[in-house]
Amino acid sequence: MPQDTPVRRHHWLVRATHWLNAGLLVLMVGSGLQIYAAFPHIGRKGELLPVPNPFDSDRFGTMPEWARLGGWLAGGLNWHFALAWPFIVTGLVYLGYLGLSGEWRSLLFRARDLPNAWAMQLYYLRLRKDHPPQGKHNALQKAAYTLIVLLGALAVLTGFAIYKPVQLAWLTALFGGFELARYWHFVAVWVFVGFTLLHVALVFLVDPASLRAMLTGWYRGRFPSHD
Amino acid sequence: MAAATAPAALAGCGWDGGRLIQPKLLAISRLNDWVGEHVLFDRDRLAPTYDPAERSGRMPSYFISRGENPPAWTEQNEWALNVSGLVRKPVRLTRAMLERMPRLTYTVKHHCVEGWTSVATWTGVPVAAVAALAEPTADARYLRFDSFDSGYFNGWDLVSAMHPQTLLAYAFNDRPLGPDHGAPLRLYSPVKLGYKLTKYLTAMTFTRERPGGYWEDQGYPWFGGI
Repeated sequence: MPQDTPVRRHHWLVRATHWLNAGLLVLMVGSGLQIYAAFPHIGRKGELLPVPNPFDSDRFGTMPEWARLGGWLAGGLNWHFALAWPFIVTGLVYLGYLGLSGEWRSLLFRARDLPNAWAMQLYYLRLRKDHPPQGKHNALQKAAYTLIVLLGALAVLTGFAIYKPVQLAWLTALFGGFELARYWHFVAVWVFVGFTLLHVALVFLVDPASLRAMLTGWYRGRFPSHD
Repeated sequence: MAAATAPAALAGCGWDGGRLIQPKLLAISRLNDWVGEHVLFDRDRLAPTYDPAERSGRMPSYFISRGENPPAWTEQNEWALNVSGLVRKPVRLTRAMLERMPRLTYTVKHHCVEGWTSVATWTGVPVAAVAALAEPTADARYLRFDSFDSGYFNGWDLVSAMHPQTLLAYAFNDRPLGPDHGAPLRLYSPVKLGYKLTKYLTAMTFTRERPGGYWEDQGYPWFGGI
């Protein structure tokens, strides 16, 4: 049932951190690619780790210049370590808001969400005609928005593990050592980029009204809230 | 995706920040140096050590002098390390003198700023032992390391230089240090990135003001601690 009257959806903190994070993520990935280009392999020289790396320069070639921010390794490092500060602060502000406002309840994926996740997946695969009822977010959205927070934490933690592998040796060891921690850091980026592309595609394909809602805070679209 | 948004709008993706932004990036780099030196560094924490059997097959090395061959000491006079600056007893240490001093051997992991690592064994004199000979004065806060590799140099905070694992190394993988790795003497420590570990040493100078460095003056992080 389409909504005629606009409904208040996203608090300004959610909107601000969302767009800030989107911009910062692009710059973090860009500067990260510049850093990666200095040694575009996983492991040690002459002893690469036996892990899948589609972006090893022997196979993929050099990362294109338009995707790299910084010009050279020092430039990439400086962008990356400067923007890490607002990136982490933005993430913490978002998580703090979710916790203090109680909003986390409509986003966190829990075991009880599994039946709805299954129903949503059947609907998207066109094996089920009617859209399952949902609150502000359906179970698949909850899975995505829970995953992305965990992914952010993984990117930050693996980042610190490779930034200070001696001073934070315990953290680096948690990820399997420096070389593996560096690998997981890149894997997190691949998943982030994939998530972003899917996220943007679904916004336009499924519910374009949600884009306006993330800009103005008011939602007028296909999915009225039951929360 | 990345091309359509912020980097392209920032007028050129190879950009190091330009006149407007780069000074801010370098200022934050100095902030990160401060955090690295005063918050995230524990002077008593030792880097993990390895069994010599775990040594890597390759230990890549770089030098800045032109040509294919690594720098070599070609002066008429015998090579020696000059220890001076803000010290009570400046001293000139030859290779023989260094090898008679207390020695330390360890097998540790090397971390290059580029992202590769290598496990190798290093033997040498702790910088702290040489410092004890020279007796730095109370106002000495930094150490400057100079080399004969086209003037490659850099500066260290004293605390990291005095770290128990910071050595003046003259042996690599149980063999005398070769030209590739900075013969006759190089700085080695597992608590900083490779570019801080000056090879082809000629001098060690205690200073009051913070020395820069060959790479550091071009924008690489000065503290370089891991």
